[in-house]
Amino acid sequence: MRTLLLKSLFARPVTLAAPSAADVELEQAGRALEERARRLFGRAITIREVDAGSCNGCELEIHALNNAVYDVERFGIRFAASPRHCDVLMVTGPVTHNMKVALERTYAATPAPKWVVAVGDCGCGCGVFEGSYAVVGAVDKVIPVDLQIKGCPPRPIDLLKGLIALMEKATVAP
Amino acid sequence: MAQNRIADLLAGRRPVAHHRPWPRYEVDAATWDAVGQGLAAGATLLGLWGDADAVHAAVTAPALDAPCIVSLAVRAGVFPSLGRHHPPAIRLERTICDLYGFAATDAPDTRRWLDHGAWRLRAPLGDKSPAAPRDPTDYDFRPVHGEGLHQIPVGPVHAGIIEPGHFRFTANGEIVARLEERLGYVHKGIDGLLTGCELDKAARIAARVSGDATVAASFAFARAVEAALGIAVPRRAESLRGVMAELERIANHLGDIGAICNDAAFALLHAHTGILREKVLAASDRAFGHRLMMDLIVPGGVARDIDAEGARAIIATLDDIAPRFAEIVAYYDETPSLQDRTCTTGIVAPELVTRWGAGGHVGRASGRDFDARRDLAYPPYTGLTFKVPVLTTGDVDARVRVRIAEVETSMTLLRTWLAALPNGPVRVDVPQSREVREGIAVTEAFRGDLLVWLRVADGRIARCHVRDASWFQWPLLEAAIEGNIVADFPLCNKSFNCSYSGHDL
Repeated sequence: MRTLLLKSLFARPVTLAAPSAADVELEQAGRALEERARRLFGRAITIREVDAGSCNGCELEIHALNNAVYDVERFGIRFAASPRHCDVLMVTGPVTHNMKVALERTYAATPAPKWVVAVGDCGCGCGVFEGSYAVVGAVDKVIPVDLQIKGCPPRPIDLLKGLIALMEKATVAP
Repeated sequence: MAQNRIADLLAGRRPVAHHRPWPRYEVDAATWDAVGQGLAAGATLLGLWGDADAVHAAVTAPALDAPCIVSLAVRAGVFPSLGRHHPPAIRLERTICDLYGFAATDAPDTRRWLDHGAWRLRAPLGDKSPAAPRDPTDYDFRPVHGEGLHQIPVGPVHAGIIEPGHFRFTANGEIVARLEERLGYVHKGIDGLLTGCELDKAARIAARVSGDATVAASFAFARAVEAALGIAVPRRAESLRGVMAELERIANHLGDIGAICNDAAFALLHAHTGILREKVLAASDRAFGHRLMMDLIVPGGVARDIDAEGARAIIATLDDIAPRFAEIVAYYDETPSLQDRTCTTGIVAPELVTRWGAGGHVGRASGRDFDARRDLAYPPYTGLTFKVPVLTTGDVDARVRVRIAEVETSMTLLRTWLAALPNGPVRVDVPQSREVREGIAVTEAFRGDLLVWLRVADGRIARCHVRDASWFQWPLLEAAIEGNIVADFPLCNKSFNCSYSGHDL
């Protein structure tokens, strides 16, 4: 127990260790986001994640944003428990008929200015679930979407890049 | 004796043709009902699903040589309820009634389950009659009466980055008197989408039943197709399937062990297991080109071979994480404040896991010694000897420890296969069969046994059903939390980690 604590104290952060091309890309992506977020929101943006019907693959990768390797909190991005505390809704799909009302209410509970990011091939289109009686379809069929991050599921690095794209869009036309 | 009942009922009957590898019997209503009584007497329900004009139940019992499927033709839209004998069948029956419009005679619970009144049609896999939308919140939760009781409704949108579902707690102060779940929010109509689907597309849909178990579901789907069509998979593909399945198991268990600690406010271990999980995903990505290894197991083999470098990347990752994982486990062992939260919390009684046939860590932490990799052995596990951890305390701690032991077993299996990967092709062609063929397969996903049953004809799926392990675990979560404090619910829930999507289909 002590060894793990001691090692953690003296070890270099995993986030910065041995920067390969991919890590450098991550670092730059995160810093750019922080600058724009500061201009917009002062210091940080807060995200509320809503699963509106996903297979949970996207959730696994969104989760990874919080681990020590990607560590989005160092850029001022954090996930909130309530839509009332957030600036950005990150929604995975396809939106099912059974989740439509819950998604609409979550959107209504989010204070303006707010942005919506649709995540994953299903959230952006409808993915393999196209044509089912049980799904409404892409997120933008239910609430206005500001940005789409595609992938099945998108990698954490793609999610981070996507958030930067959102900030660029948001600074032009809030 | 009681368990022999089903074997006796089916003795001497002729199974239907072209159903592999286990027999399927067409039975009459009286036999169907007797099967229900046999289940109540100790047999295990593996699955229960509907068809255009029939219902099918997969059952297993020690007296049977192998699992078998019994099918009952549904006449005038009704079939005798199995749930009235065997409660684990109740939610599955409610699902059949929602999707096909059948009615289960004498069913103990006739409330709708997946149908929340939002589809604008009734019986989407049956007569598809139009239906006016109903208020989605109009649902009769079971009444709870008593002094000092209050209710806490939670969800469908939860506080974390997790899937949606509704939990209705009735609490007396801090103590949970009853939890009732309401699921179905992420119902995507997968059974309907699979019907009439080409095999390639069906495999992609099956891979998205539950993203965290994508490898296990693809594996079961592929094996069911191969069983139906009589396809032998190349040996190299068999080994690679095992490699992917165990990588998926390790990644999920690592994530969950950390998340359980995190829900006990012990974030340090979560941070450490998170790093290890990331390393496993990175190795999977290097070896197979996808972090979650989605769409890689396909009927006929695997879609992508690995090179020597990929195999080395996995071994190097194991060498790297094994000692770190041992340290994390030691830390868990030596932290009484953490174990104060996990020990004696969320106990599931052995009788319940046996009755429900609960698989995975939920069953094995409460004494149910079952692992599909060993007990319904399939390549590449056939003939291998490996440790299946079984504990009996049935609490959160036991589920954590079962997962820890499984990570260690998986690492050993990975090393065994990667040290001696057979050479040769990794995929064979899937032959077209004009005739109707049926297949069934069970694989052991990280959360337990996952069943796929399907009927193919003309290169298309005529009917396919995927039954995730969660079906027989979700109801036990209601039992696990009873008598515990509300604040321990996240801990219990994470120690199960049932799939919402895998259940809601």
